[in-house]
Amino acid sequence: MASPRTLIDKIWESRLIDSKPEGDLIYIDLHLFNEVTSPQAFEGLKLKGREVRRPELCMATADHDVPTGKPGLQVLDEIADKQLRFQKTYCKEFGIEHYPMSSSGNGIIHVLGPEKGLTQPGMTIVCGDSHTATHGAFGAIAFGIGTSQVEHVLATQTLRLSRPKTMSVTFMGTPHPDATAKDLALAVINTLGTDGGTGYLIEFRGDVVHNLSMEGRMTLCNMAIEAGARSGLVAPDETTFAYLKGKERSPKGSLWDLAVDYWHSLATDPGAQFEKEIEIDVTGLGPMVTWGVNPAQSVPVGSKIPSLESFATKSERDAAVAALSYMGLEPGISVSDIPIHTVFIGSCTNGRLEDLQAAARVLAGRKVSSSIRALVVPGSASIKREAERLGIDKVFSKAGFEWRSPGCSMCVGMNGDVVPPGKHSASTSNRNFEGRQGPGARTHLVSPETAAATAVLGRIASPSDLPQVNKKKGK
Amino acid sequence: MEPVSIIKGSAYPIRRSNIDTDQILPAKWMKRVERTGYENGLFEIWREDSSFIINDPERSQASIIVAGENFGCGSSRQHAVWALRDFGIKAVISSRIADIHRGNLPQEGIVPVELDQDVVELIMAATEANPTVVIEIDVTNRTVTCEDAQVFAKPFRIDNASHFNLIHGYDPIDITLTFEKSIEKHESSRDPWLPKCSPEFA
Ligand code: SF4
Repeated sequence: MASPRTLIDKIWESRLIDSKPEGDLIYIDLHLFNEVTSPQAFEGLKLKGREVRRPELCMATADHDVPTGKPGLQVLDEIADKQLRFQKTYCKEFGIEHYPMSSSGNGIIHVLGPEKGLTQPGMTIVCGDSHTATHGAFGAIAFGIGTSQVEHVLATQTLRLSRPKTMSVTFMGTPHPDATAKDLALAVINTLGTDGGTGYLIEFRGDVVHNLSMEGRMTLCNMAIEAGARSGLVAPDETTFAYLKGKERSPKGSLWDLAVDYWHSLATDPGAQFEKEIEIDVTGLGPMVTWGVNPAQSVPVGSKIPSLESFATKSERDAAVAALSYMGLEPGISVSDIPIHTVFIGSCTNGRLEDLQAAARVLAGRKVSSSIRALVVPGSASIKREAERLGIDKVFSKAGFEWRSPGCSMCVGMNGDVVPPGKHSASTSNRNFEGRQGPGARTHLVSPETAAATAVLGRIASPSDLPQVNKKKGK
Repeated sequence: MEPVSIIKGSAYPIRRSNIDTDQILPAKWMKRVERTGYENGLFEIWREDSSFIINDPERSQASIIVAGENFGCGSSRQHAVWALRDFGIKAVISSRIADIHRGNLPQEGIVPVELDQDVVELIMAATEANPTVVIEIDVTNRTVTCEDAQVFAKPFRIDNASHFNLIHGYDPIDITLTFEKSIEKHESSRDPWLPKCSPEFA
């Protein structure tokens, strides 16, 4: 009998074309593009006179550079404009499915794949973007690649890679009801550190994970990269199938049944070994917030920034000193004393409909504090339409949020949406690196619910910190 | 690409862990469609501080970066590697180089050198103390020597695929294209339900 295998082993082996000491050659089922990391790959391809091998396995969107203000707004600068035009040109030239700025199918690349049913269990998916990990939520091996590798996949539809090691992360216990997938993700990174996952693909396991919606799983897998892992995966289950059923590009008719049978077989076999197995006790875990300049530097909302003595190693302590100096904060102060200036809800981490609904529930009948600039940027045009149909846009606008058009926006600050220098933001994005949200910007990563509560109180707070809404005035 | 066998030179010690690619090359530098001309973007923000090591005139000829653990984490941008290359960096030494970045470096002929933290520390201390300290990386045999640090032919870790392409100077695409038959064979047996894209959907 064959020995038991993990989900990761099964997918890897099913896509394996050749195995050599210098690495495995694996087939890529879906290649996604944004406008920023691919121009040079297409240029390289053309310079060598090569063709795109499988345009029908490629999909492109414009997300990093697009303005998210009122429709018809100009792109930030000439170069953004050049990248957007470039993308249009090569997608046309090579016959690639493309959702340009302002088109009705546009959105953040990692939101679009799942939304269109292009992301399915058992696939290998790559994109010149590290948050490709998001697609792992469906039980796919999905990871970010550099521009040379983009070119390699364009030309060959394969990659030569050292086989990643496997890690299981199993959540134990029951988190606090206020904990979201984002808080789980921050807890994972806090436990593993920013490089604990280096060299690994992670399978997230346990009831806590399988009780998450697909949106929650995407949030969790999205941030696996912030623990250094190439990607995070969740084994496909009934929640996955229910999400996929009826999506534009999901299998139809008898193919659906065939596919589901196969997807069922992907789950890790009982007794299969991972190269590393980690358990994280999330009993009582509640809303989390980052205080430093990497996503591992986090504490529970309502608690204090750690004292320098509390760090186990000198390098962690040095990192904390550098982080606090950039953030203009002191060790030991309460995170609720941090003056917040901007609240951003959006990104491929937390810009899906469910995230907007969760934030809207907190905001209903409430007002954004006068000291706060708050904006919400849906992850895709279709999410924006759906939210408007449900009246969620009204809840945001009434509360004092700017309701904007889809794009990466303030997650990366490339389109002109930035946090002013020296100001603090509470952001539902994934990276609190120095300058990530604009030069000098000081980012605190939080869930959509915490972002909404923070906007109302003007300081980092969770929904349970909010006074009750007067029910008569509410709605 | 030229084959790489030996790298010998002085270094920039950057005693900092988790140096992410947003620090190596800020996002605004990704607003380009070219593959060269990124040298001024390298550590652009940190370089504003005249005491930052990259600005040290005594190291203007240095070609190796010695950094804390988890170098190159974060964004997948290969632009960060173009910046290192255009600045004249030939190798990066760290106890751990983040996955994507570690794969991107050799694409531009830069050698990712992973050594145990105590060895990195010895080399770091030696080059911090004296800007002329020379580090020799024998890529072919995967060893590092730095006499001033009392490090002699210490084996370093590097992915086999990266090592193979570096020492031969191969274009990985050319190599893969020799597997055309096997790729076709795989393609002929793909699961029928796998999704397809087409401009017609957009
Ligand atoms: S939303 Fe942020 S993390 Fe996601 S693709 Fe855009 S820039 Fe990258």
